[in-house]
Amino acid sequence: MGDTVTGMSEDTVSVARLVRPRSYEEAAAAVRDSGARGTLPGGPGRAYGDAARNAGGAVLDLTGLDRVHVVDADEGIVLCDAGVPLHRLAGVLLPLGWLPPVMTGDRGVTVGGAIAADLHGRDHHVSGSFCRQVLSLEMLTADGEVRTVTPDTELFEATAGGMGLTGIVLTATFRLLPVETPYLTVDTERAADLDALLARMAEGDHRHRYAAARIDLTGRGTATGRGVLVRADHTPLDALDGPGGLRDRGTRAWRRLQALRPRPLHQRAAVAGDVWYRAAPRARTGEIRRLSGFFHPLDGTQQWGRQWAQQWSRPYGRGGGLVRYRFALGHGREEALHRVVGRLTALPGPTLPAVLQHLGDAGTGWLSFPLPGWSLTVDLPAALPGLAVLLDELDAEVAASGGRVALAGDGRLRPDLLDTMYPRAAGFRALRARCDPRGVFTSDLARRLGL
Amino acid sequence: MKDAFGLPQSLLVLGGTSEIALATARRLVARRARTVWLAGRPSPALEEAAGSLRALGADVRTVAFDALDPESHETALGKVFAEGDIDLVLLAFGVPGDQAHDERDPVRAVRVAQTNYTGAVSAGLVAARALQAQGHGSLVVLSSVAGERPRRADFIYGSSKAGLDAFAHGLGDALHGTGVHVMVVRPGTVRTARTAGRAAAPLDTTPGAVAAAIELGLRRRSETVWVPGLLRPVMSALRHAPRSLYRRLPL
Ligand SMILES: Cc1cc2nc3c(=O)[nH]c(=O)nc-3n(C[C@H](O)[C@H](O)[C@H](O)COP(=O)(O)OP(=O)(O)OC[C@H]3O[C@@H](n4cnc5c(N)ncnc54)[C@H](O)[C@@H]3O)c2cc1C
Ligand SMILES: NC(=O)c1ccc[n+]([C@@H]2O[C@H](COP(=O)([O-])OP(=O)(O)OC[C@H]3O[C@@H](n4cnc5c(N)ncnc54)[C@H](OP(=O)(O)O)[C@@H]3O)[C@@H](O)[C@H]2O)c1
Repeated sequence: MGDTVTGMSEDTVSVARLVRPRSYEEAAAAVRDSGARGTLPGGPGRAYGDAARNAGGAVLDLTGLDRVHVVDADEGIVLCDAGVPLHRLAGVLLPLGWLPPVMTGDRGVTVGGAIAADLHGRDHHVSGSFCRQVLSLEMLTADGEVRTVTPDTELFEATAGGMGLTGIVLTATFRLLPVETPYLTVDTERAADLDALLARMAEGDHRHRYAAARIDLTGRGTATGRGVLVRADHTPLDALDGPGGLRDRGTRAWRRLQALRPRPLHQRAAVAGDVWYRAAPRARTGEIRRLSGFFHPLDGTQQWGRQWAQQWSRPYGRGGGLVRYRFALGHGREEALHRVVGRLTALPGPTLPAVLQHLGDAGTGWLSFPLPGWSLTVDLPAALPGLAVLLDELDAEVAASGGRVALAGDGRLRPDLLDTMYPRAAGFRALRARCDPRGVFTSDLARRLGL
Repeated sequence: MKDAFGLPQSLLVLGGTSEIALATARRLVARRARTVWLAGRPSPALEEAAGSLRALGADVRTVAFDALDPESHETALGKVFAEGDIDLVLLAFGVPGDQAHDERDPVRAVRVAQTNYTGAVSAGLVAARALQAQGHGSLVVLSSVAGERPRRADFIYGSSKAGLDAFAHGLGDALHGTGVHVMVVRPGTVRTARTAGRAAAPLDTTPGAVAAAIELGLRRRSETVWVPGLLRPVMSALRHAPRSLYRRLPL
């Protein structure tokens, strides 16, 4: 038996053979040799949910293929292997004045994973999800061939957000985001309830590149849905260096910038309960922060999240780790959002904050998650009594309001709701049946949801 | 595929008319289970059980299975696994025997042992192999408190369950790390048709309570589950009671 491939939340256990190709040829050989239970491309498999698992089959760990082939620093375009982690790419690109097109809190996400989940960041309302910036892919398909796939094709649209089920992305060419400095200018404000929060976000998010709010789920009654809204923009060079810039003025902000160092984990980790909410400034503008500190405030989340889940679950007995619930609702569905937040607020015990953000235009991916409106994400301990049933009820609410639950990170969505949430799922199945009649590519997620 | 709460989508019941198993199946069908296989000796009762689950919306099929015919297990169960993944195998068949009568009829006593123990060894190994090939799934084995320490009143049945219990625990260890989870369930007296004659006792339980305990155990990936939970401390005390005392206890 091979190594165990389990996800970050250790919610179900399924075992696959882990194959780590060191060349495209080895990857192609693995696909050709794929047994009855198929093969799944995947990175290190730290994800929530079962998208990166393939019980009884093979999981192709592509992190051994991690070369950055070409960086066009004039045009802002990169060609790299799918196994390259975005944070490493950021390290390579930043000195050249560029960043990967999407950055998220998931530090280990690879280019391949970003395409498979059509990754969206806190700037989705401005620039859409990852695959919008992709110019072309090289894919290893079920027939063992390597083909170039461009955005105007069905295979591309099925692959964007397709959770690795259409083939293995070997390399990707995509546009980058220009930045002048490794800093962000951050505004923080508190909102006393959900209406106030939604109003502020609707009114001002479009003026900022990044925007997201953390909702305090321990706020009850009139405080339901209160939260801390954080918005940020890349700090332009002249704000630091130019005449009248921070350095010129010798301001406090400049001195702080000099002193910016990563802080120890215990200071950064969100404190469960509402302490973080009270500790947040009522309103603060123009704070300068390092990029990495902004995108990865919870570095080491995996370890920490697990410990926290254990602590929170203790009163309810063992088992289950964390379950991630991420859904999107369209504009005009704020009533439904209110109801969902209300129900999450009624959960017992201290909770991690939920993250609310705006989503912009949908991409072309058939199973891509974002739709224009709002998304809310929350991590909950599986051991909470009645959680399975509660989440089913929330699914029904979300589906009835034209919304959807994200497949990346999901481990529990009811299969019968999939086609309602993702109207193009039928086309996705048909394409898979056509391009992969033997069912070479499969995953636990595909088995569970009947994809 | 089981979901993040350990809830199965497909289920194979060995002993398809068992009251406890059917209560469990009903509960799981109300959650995520869509495919149910009922394996058992062909009978109108088996078809009736299938119909009752179909009425709840499940896709139910029956398959002929006799615990006393181990040679046939590979074929019978192989057919089920060939049709698709099974997330949960519930090993529920068993006979209580008739202690007073069987003590005088060794051939009948052996049939109790063959059904509850050797039949389960064979079916358990066949199911375990299939689950292992899948790389996921749970095997839930209905043992009994009676196997924990043999009682004068039913030691033939008790010894068969003791054997089954030891076998299932060992199998669980053997499968550790394969993605397959083995859970041994030890109910006390469960109020079913077969125990209807007995006087009610305080630690009696119901098929519904066993089903609930199984659902919880699946989420926790428990290895041993007592129903009711209070039996665990009670039995751990009884296990160490001196023999002379134990013999005289009204158990
Ligand atoms: C803490 C945390 C925060 C997150 N935040 C966000 C967020 O803000 N926005 C967002 O959109 N998502 C978010 N996610 C989800 C995460 O980005 C996705 O699950 C992503 O796909 C993980 O990529 P990975 O490289 O780690 O791949 P894995 O976890 O190994 O695999 C994920 C999926 O990608 C497929 N895949 C991986 N490599 C390839 C390849 N080369 N070719 C084809 N398919 C491939 C796999 O088959 C699998 O279906 C978050 C996850 C975590 C754990
Ligand atoms: N009820 C209790 O108080 C209690 C307590 C602790 C443990 N248990 C155990 O829990 C399990 C289920 O109990 P239950 O009360 O639900 O039992 P039940 O209703 O009497 O069902 C027993 C099942 O075993 C099947 N069976 C018997 N011999 C078989 C054979 N040779 N081949 C195939 N199937 C056979 C029966 O099938 P047929 O329809 O063909 O006879 C029936 O489906 C049993 O293992 C029992 O020992 C029960």
